[in-house]
Amino acid sequence: MSNQLERYKYDVVIIGAGGAGLRAAVEAREAGLSVAIVCKSLFGKAHTVMAEGGVAASMGNVNESDNWMVHFRDTMRGGKFLNNYRMAELHAKEAPERVWELEVWGALFDRTKEGKISQRNFGGHEYPRLAHVGDRTGLELIRTMQQRIVALQQKDGRDHGDAEKFIKVFAEVTITEILKENGKVSGAYGYRRENGEEIMFEAPAVILATGGAGKTFKITSNSWEGTGDGHALALKAGGHLIDMEFFQFHPTGMVWPPSVRGLLVTESVRGDGGVLTNSEGKRFMFDYIPDVFKDKYADNEAEADRWYTDQANNRRPPELLPRDEVARAINSEIKAGRGTEHGGVYLDVSKRLPADVIKKKLPSMWHQFYELAGVDITKEAMEVGPTCHYVMGGAWVEPDTAAVIDVPGLFAAGECAGGMHGSNRLGGNSLSDLLVFGRRAGLGAVEYVKSNGANPVTDGSVVAAAAKIEAPFNNPGSENPYALHHELQETAHNLVGIIRTKAELEEAIAKIADLRARAKNIGVSGGRQFNPGFHLTFDLDNMLLIAEAAAKSALIREESRGGHTREDFPKMSPTWRQVNNITTWNGSSIAVEQKHLPDLTKELFGLFDIHELEKYMTSDELSQSRGGSN
Amino acid sequence: MARTMKLRIFRGNSKDGGLQDVSVEANEGEVILDVIHRVQAEQIGDLAVRWNCKAGKCGSCSVEINGKPRLACMTQVASFDEAETVTITPLRAFPVIKDLVTDVSFNYKKAMEVRAYEPPADLKPGEARMQQIDVERSQEFRKCIECFLCQNTCHVIRDHEENKKSFAGPRFFIRLAELDMHPLDTLRNRKQSAQEEHGLGMCNITKCCTEVCPEHIRITDNAIIPMKERVVDVKYDPLRWLGSVIRKREGIN
Repeated sequence: MSNQLERYKYDVVIIGAGGAGLRAAVEAREAGLSVAIVCKSLFGKAHTVMAEGGVAASMGNVNESDNWMVHFRDTMRGGKFLNNYRMAELHAKEAPERVWELEVWGALFDRTKEGKISQRNFGGHEYPRLAHVGDRTGLELIRTMQQRIVALQQKDGRDHGDAEKFIKVFAEVTITEILKENGKVSGAYGYRRENGEEIMFEAPAVILATGGAGKTFKITSNSWEGTGDGHALALKAGGHLIDMEFFQFHPTGMVWPPSVRGLLVTESVRGDGGVLTNSEGKRFMFDYIPDVFKDKYADNEAEADRWYTDQANNRRPPELLPRDEVARAINSEIKAGRGTEHGGVYLDVSKRLPADVIKKKLPSMWHQFYELAGVDITKEAMEVGPTCHYVMGGAWVEPDTAAVIDVPGLFAAGECAGGMHGSNRLGGNSLSDLLVFGRRAGLGAVEYVKSNGANPVTDGSVVAAAAKIEAPFNNPGSENPYALHHELQETAHNLVGIIRTKAELEEAIAKIADLRARAKNIGVSGGRQFNPGFHLTFDLDNMLLIAEAAAKSALIREESRGGHTREDFPKMSPTWRQVNNITTWNGSSIAVEQKHLPDLTKELFGLFDIHELEKYMTSDELSQSRGGSN
Repeated sequence: MARTMKLRIFRGNSKDGGLQDVSVEANEGEVILDVIHRVQAEQIGDLAVRWNCKAGKCGSCSVEINGKPRLACMTQVASFDEAETVTITPLRAFPVIKDLVTDVSFNYKKAMEVRAYEPPADLKPGEARMQQIDVERSQEFRKCIECFLCQNTCHVIRDHEENKKSFAGPRFFIRLAELDMHPLDTLRNRKQSAQEEHGLGMCNITKCCTEVCPEHIRITDNAIIPMKERVVDVKYDPLRWLGSVIRKREGIN
């Protein structure tokens, strides 16, 4: 096999061509390195394209009071103080530069009257903070990055006679394994989806930028690509995942028709004035304001309505609470029998804004509902319900360099990295996350390659990686990968979903083990050429790891926080706040260990009102941190 | 309300292939991509179809449905009569890889040929000031999801393989128009480049591209025609022509 194997040598291989991967590629190329960008889809189709509302950055264009410290506070609050504080700090400080840089590369954001980048309100953000282009911000971001890559390639073409000499995009390639020699990364191995032929990249540094894992669940806003590949690759390479119990169920996914169930309805609908009501017509969010947020959210309709025009003197409407709160509230309303005909609640913007403004501010929402559900959102309410949207858990990384802990040469950025968002991500913080940490992963890889150099792949590693790809074709087994995937999604959805219990999680863990055993008997029909059954076999293996890591971490965490709600432990626990769940894979099962969360530095601690921290921290922590010396 | 749907799907590769009849269940509210997936899961495990977001936002699942270029994820099953057999074939303007998947690399090659956006050399991050009305013209073209349906339907290349070399296609005419109208782009020869390097002149404005655009971008009216007009403006306006000749002679240009 190795004599006909397609082989390449690069300084850095980036797996994933969404915002994080492309931003990393730009950084690595500008530092003089050669870069392979490998992606499962065509170039420019990554899930970043689906992001709607905007990119959060405290530029202060709409409200001058905004700055990185306010953004940092909002991010920590949203994550219920489980965030890696250093990541949240870097993110808040660097996000504005990353957004401005997109503009220098050709992005055209919507404008304020002064001609600056416009910023919109979003859940959990104290000030209007999201730079946006209507409700298609992700498309603008991915296209800008894609065109930036092309610009760099064109320059290489002019300077070196070959546009693909230093950056080459390998589209429709799946990576099945991170190769290692002498305990360090040596490359990546996979296959071309088009023809099933194998491909090997030799590189001392690999950056994972593969995005999310929503396809593990039945109802999700994620595309087929969200199968947790980077998470799984990190685990299999000897790295760890952090806090995998935290999945974000976005409160507003479409619920009807069934074929689009889960499809995202942007939070901008609420940011721009949309209200949530139940089947009795009640605006129910007023009943669900948690104590920790009581001073920031209006408890009556009059004040909530005034906020849209006077934000200085009124508290925010509770529809704009962080996503976990809104998702749980909707879930409760539906469970209590106050749901709509198709099992959702109503989200209505038609009474708040004139039709032409809705079409201008929310063009893709209008389009999506009109074309797919026959609903005109300028005239009637939408039916919405929670959908699995984002995984806060991910590869355990060094905050500054995005280096995956315990795997020299491996880096991770964007959704496949963990820590940044704590137990719950704020809307808009994802696009900024992938720019800030995509760049940092690129820089991390540059530094690493400069000080480590090449690490050649041995024939033995190639033979072993090839055998794994061949396996499903040699298997006479009768299991169907589509059916197993469907069962896994049901299990994850029903037993590891929005509301969890000990008994259900234990049942899930047993079922996932059973599915893993059955997955060994998957027989693939057809040949290697563009064969989705074969492709799913590898994706499924990754999703089984995600599900197991999520279920086991969720079972251990005996509290409710952000994207993890235990019916049997409904309260937040200050002692659990100090704990990260770290998962490791030993080749046959996932083990979960507890590590102490890094303490806030004195400087960052001082950004909060002590009375706010009292809601989250133990008294020991409070007295120590107040007197801390860092 | 489940119904049975009769499909005729292309199965094959670049060498050979043909249409295969299948019957599959379809449920209320489903789109063509849903029934293709059901065929894949239940009947033909290796049926190849390219897709991604299933929400009309990524432009991956472009196919021809009864000969019309469409996104499979945005075409409702309910738009077809139950008695009808719906034919699904790969995009005709591009080489077939397998079944419904085509080799669209032509488009990426053309993207590489359009000279990138060039901001003013002294533009500092955060300092750009543009009015909404000035960015909106380019924003319309930046809605493009690169589904390449316009490229596929354009008869300049659909039936004339030989034109592909010199013709970039509607997707890249809107890219050029976007750059031409971009308030900050400093390359001022986008129109001429469209005409001289990318084959704008071969377009005879039949508007087929506009008709198939799932984003409803007014490709012909807002990008192609204005560029053609301005090209004509510059090329045939006697005063401008004279001006350019004089400047050239003086070595200014």
